[in-house]
Amino acid sequence: MKYTKDHEWLRVEGDLVVVGITEHAATQLGDVVFVELPEPDTMVAEGDEVCVIESVKAASDILAPVDGEIVAVNQKLVDNPGLVNEDPTGAAWFFKMKLDDLSVLDQLMDEDEYQELIG
Amino acid sequence: MADLEDGDLLLLGLDALHEELGGKMVPFAGYRMPVQYPDGVMKEHLHTRTAAGLFDVSHMGQVILRPKGSMDDLKLAFETLMPVDVLGLGEGRQRYGMFTNDQGGILDDLMFTNRGDHLYVVVNASCKAADVAHMTAGMPGVSVEHITDRALLALQGPGAEAALDALLPGVAAMRFMDHRVFGDIWVSRSGYTGEDGFEISVSDAQAEGFARKLLAQPGVMPIGLGARDSLRLEAGLCLYGHDIDTTTSPVEANLVWAIQKARKAGGAREGGFPGAARILKELAEGPARLRVGLQPEGRAPMREGVELFAEDGTPVGRVTSGGFGPSVNGPIAMGYVARAHAATGTKLLGEVRGKRLPVTVCDLTFQPTTYKR
Repeated sequence: MKYTKDHEWLRVEGDLVVVGITEHAATQLGDVVFVELPEPDTMVAEGDEVCVIESVKAASDILAPVDGEIVAVNQKLVDNPGLVNEDPTGAAWFFKMKLDDLSVLDQLMDEDEYQELIG
Repeated sequence: MADLEDGDLLLLGLDALHEELGGKMVPFAGYRMPVQYPDGVMKEHLHTRTAAGLFDVSHMGQVILRPKGSMDDLKLAFETLMPVDVLGLGEGRQRYGMFTNDQGGILDDLMFTNRGDHLYVVVNASCKAADVAHMTAGMPGVSVEHITDRALLALQGPGAEAALDALLPGVAAMRFMDHRVFGDIWVSRSGYTGEDGFEISVSDAQAEGFARKLLAQPGVMPIGLGARDSLRLEAGLCLYGHDIDTTTSPVEANLVWAIQKARKAGGAREGGFPGAARILKELAEGPARLRVGLQPEGRAPMREGVELFAEDGTPVGRVTSGGFGPSVNGPIAMGYVARAHAATGTKLLGEVRGKRLPVTVCDLTFQPTTYKR
């Protein structure tokens, strides 16, 4: 698993990259009550605001962690936003991306580096 | 996540207890306060509606007003600051009021209690210094004492009566807006959640022990500011600085119920408060805009600042408080809307992230209140 400074995780699954938010981020957000997902088959650039996530307290954006194409979104989150708090690194993935070159992931943080960031 | 600059913040008397209970402390109105405990806003909110929640609201201002002459002189002096009937408030009773300015806007909203030979007033934390100055300047014949050595706790929810009566036998007999003194503990049957409950003023020396005893009662949980906000929003209650401020009149704010007959046109003590010209005119002719409840149709919350439009695209108002109502299990909001568009059932559009989404004007109380009248 790789991590961004914006508290997103990325996991390689075949030739796709699955993206979600970390447990730390989910805890900090509090109870998630609304999720808005991007349209599948959208080209995005690193830093683009691609999802909206709202907790009882506030609204936040989820940014595209790298350049690529969003090829699938997790519709379950729209129907059950609380899944983000229950299983942030598993069932509550947000979207899957296709990248030109998976080696860009090498520049992201690994588990130890991320733990140090939030420590 | 905002980093705390603890050095700049005032500490509540119960700060250590909040830490011990796992409170997530944030700056609010100059104080370091618990926004939530480990269970989180959603569970804390629902617990308050089904059992009992304990809130530390010691940041609020407690003030004692004593007459230099008679009690009636004090009551009439207080009436010069508010469009509210103070004279008619009996001993042991509490009432809601608001200070108005010369333009008819609201300087602060408050609760006041007739305690026989003096009035006890509770004002908002962010306004308390200004309120004390305003009362001192505005009532020369009155002694204004800002109480700074007492905590204020709120115990709210259907389990509040049994929990508090176990510690202070007799509170169960109180009705909504009654006030009683139990030794050095001052109890009002009121609150700001829409639930039955109590507000309890207790000396700093006794506060922690008393709070621990309440928390030891069956069904009592500590509740943070996050749930306090969602509870009051569901109950349609105003948050000062957001839903009411120096530009909103009490009539626009839909607080006409708090202006008694005696102060209205034709009443025994008509007018005679700051901004009376505007307020009496709005009472007679209706205000230009009105605070209303707003029910978004979809799941997306409409928060403070969301602009509202008529279906033909005309701007008609703005959301002043909004979010997710855990008991309603959906997004809810309140805001100001031009009077022509303020009727219940009117379809409007709220602009969220550039998209105009449907929202319907509705009653302000999203959750039925359970006051013990």
